[in-house]
Amino acid sequence: MSKNKNTKIVMDKDGIDRCLTRIAYEILEKNKGMQNLVLVGIRTGGVYLAERLQKKISDIERDKIPLGILDVTLYRDDISVSNKKSRMGGTKINFSLDDKIVVLVDDVLFTGRTIRAAMDALIDFGRPKMIQLAVLIDRGHRELPIRADFIGKNLPSSLWEAVRVDLVEKNGVDEVVIEEGI
Amino acid sequence: MKFEKKDILGIKDLSIDEINLILETAESFLEISTRKIKKVPTLRGKAIINLFYEASTRTRTSFEIAGKRLSADTINISASTSSVVKGETLIDTARNLEAMNPDVIVLRHSAAGAPQLLASLVKQSIINAGDGAHEHPSQALLDMMTIKEHKGKISGLKVAIVGDIGHSRVARSNIYGLSSMGAHVVLAGPAMMLPRDIEQMGVKVFSRIEDAIADADVVMMLRIQLERQKQNIFPSLREYAQHYCLNRKNIKLAAKDVIVMHPGPINRGVEISPDIADDPSYSVILDQVNKGVAVRMALLYLLIGGNE
Repeated sequence: MSKNKNTKIVMDKDGIDRCLTRIAYEILEKNKGMQNLVLVGIRTGGVYLAERLQKKISDIERDKIPLGILDVTLYRDDISVSNKKSRMGGTKINFSLDDKIVVLVDDVLFTGRTIRAAMDALIDFGRPKMIQLAVLIDRGHRELPIRADFIGKNLPSSLWEAVRVDLVEKNGVDEVVIEEGI
Repeated sequence: MKFEKKDILGIKDLSIDEINLILETAESFLEISTRKIKKVPTLRGKAIINLFYEASTRTRTSFEIAGKRLSADTINISASTSSVVKGETLIDTARNLEAMNPDVIVLRHSAAGAPQLLASLVKQSIINAGDGAHEHPSQALLDMMTIKEHKGKISGLKVAIVGDIGHSRVARSNIYGLSSMGAHVVLAGPAMMLPRDIEQMGVKVFSRIEDAIADADVVMMLRIQLERQKQNIFPSLREYAQHYCLNRKNIKLAAKDVIVMHPGPINRGVEISPDIADDPSYSVILDQVNKGVAVRMALLYLLIGGNE
């Protein structure tokens, strides 16, 4: 990706994979298996990570864990003129969430506003027994009382930096990058 | 891409990119109408006024449902029960509504150009829900969305529009939209119902329905607008039906996988025989209505979604 800005790679392909493997085991450990467990990835980065977690968990448990896709655009409190007209991908949750343990998956946990929107959206789909949150990167700076249950890496960052998760599925490379001066 | 328009006045003003953005946005809204809780909070606190100077079931209800599914407040005004009967002009009505600070005014009016006039006078977004025989953009968009879903594309298709073309804003909006999306549009109707210079819109015109629907991928039948027939432009409905009704026999001339559309309301047995209108192997008429809600949600979202 762009090397012209002041960028630093903080996690590479193997690092991402090891984090996801650990998170997959932690999810199963905390919930004592995959009974009633479903994954919901938040568009767009969270979807690819959720797909990878689905594969890992399904391999470990030898049974396929359901996966849904959530587009939170319509639930955001910060849609602005600049981003509201971006193309939406749509939500696909083809199973009931009633009494399920839902693990929300996203790439970066930052202000918490995306997760707030995602929880509102999930509750419109049913009444999950529990909602848990798995993120690859927690960069701090929360604006809402939200925390993750499963974290790949805590990455203290300044507000002047941008944290970007590149994934093969969308950017052709697996890495986590800090960019300075946004 | 960003959607920059303040108003939706006609398909003629929309670029291909804008049409595609509206259709794609509408596709992602379809799912909301299948949920148990058919509501998202996107337009919470926004107000939409449906100002209808002409009768409507589908369009008005569709805009109202679209607004409500996005959590906007919707207010319906129909001319017959408003101060219009006391003689208030459109401009005065609009200025008064503007003073109540709605976010969108959806206008249907019998005068072509009324939405343009309103858009130039008030700061709110105006959506044209049909103006005279001019345009009906949301109908053409939902028609394009329906065609795209059933055929996978619009470009390269043969689309026949049959009936009272002269009075039809649906036909005019669809001719603009479908032609710019690359479809091959042909028309048929009695000479009295074909505007003289309609060929200038880049369409082929036939006087017989059979010639127009031959090998067509899409057949769009138009309602005979009895309320607009001031002078008798055809001798009788029965004679019209004999020549222009889409039926089991002439539909065989169309492509094998033809879809049949109608903007509603249907005059059964006049422009379309009931067994075609009700045959799910041809008719996508109710699917059009279903798509209408999603298209109108997309229009409202693109115009007033988000904070300035």
